[in-house]
Amino acid sequence: MKKSDIFLLLAVVLTAALLFAVLFVLLDGTGAVAVITVDGEEYARLPLDTDTVLTVSTDYGTNVVVVKDGKVFVSEASCQDKICINTGNASEMRAIVCLPNKLSVSIEGDE
Amino acid sequence: MKKSACKRLAACGVLAALALTLGYLEQLLPFTVGIYGVKLGLSNLAIVMALYLLDGKSAVVINVVRIIISSLLFGNMLSMAYSLVGGVLSTAVMLLIKRISSLGCVGVSICGGVAHNIGQLCVAMVLVSNLKLAFYLPVLLAAGAVTGFAIGACSLPVINNGYIKMLCDSYKISK
Repeated sequence: MKKSDIFLLLAVVLTAALLFAVLFVLLDGTGAVAVITVDGEEYARLPLDTDTVLTVSTDYGTNVVVVKDGKVFVSEASCQDKICINTGNASEMRAIVCLPNKLSVSIEGDE
Repeated sequence: MKKSACKRLAACGVLAALALTLGYLEQLLPFTVGIYGVKLGLSNLAIVMALYLLDGKSAVVINVVRIIISSLLFGNMLSMAYSLVGGVLSTAVMLLIKRISSLGCVGVSICGGVAHNIGQLCVAMVLVSNLKLAFYLPVLLAAGAVTGFAIGACSLPVINNGYIKMLCDSYKISK
């Protein structure tokens, strides 16, 4: 086995590691968005990488949607049952729904 | 047909059979690291041996034959497309590197492994058309290098074996 062979192996593995780091920085953070709809129509899109608090007040009622640490949840609701608050964080598999206020919060990945 | 050509044909057949068997063996062994597309590529052992013991033309023919037969036996048309692009690219790159650089068979095998994975990734990008697959590139690069290294190191003793070398030299087409 030649020395240059081992150098080649190390070089390729190092390049791969570097490339991975670069791609990670480039592609990460442009991540998912929380899509808020009211009565089936899109109300707002909140990127998950910035913390925000949005008060959604419509004819149906008022909800406070909070984006924090890449998670999105409903902190306050004007409805009776508070199911949306108890749902906790929304995930790509499970949306937050508030039936009385006709509000839903779902997560969409980026494409 | 000359006697040496017949012997060479027979040697190609033996190596093709070896490549097929190694490929099948690999499917039997539960060797997976949990990343789709990363595998040992045992059948590449036979291709590297063919490249060094016989010649480039034989290596290409053996690899194409191996891919077609193994896809017919164990795979489908889609897996054939993936394997053909990866296999042909890897053999071509190995041929080129062997000719133009001073790398030994381990280095050539590393290049082959990397080229194979890049080829497959290109096919996947065309078929799936998702840019997120670029994330796979570094993973496949490293995997190709490591498996290529392993394959090259394993074929080294066979290639350097004096008896096998002598035997195969008599099969080569005399120029």
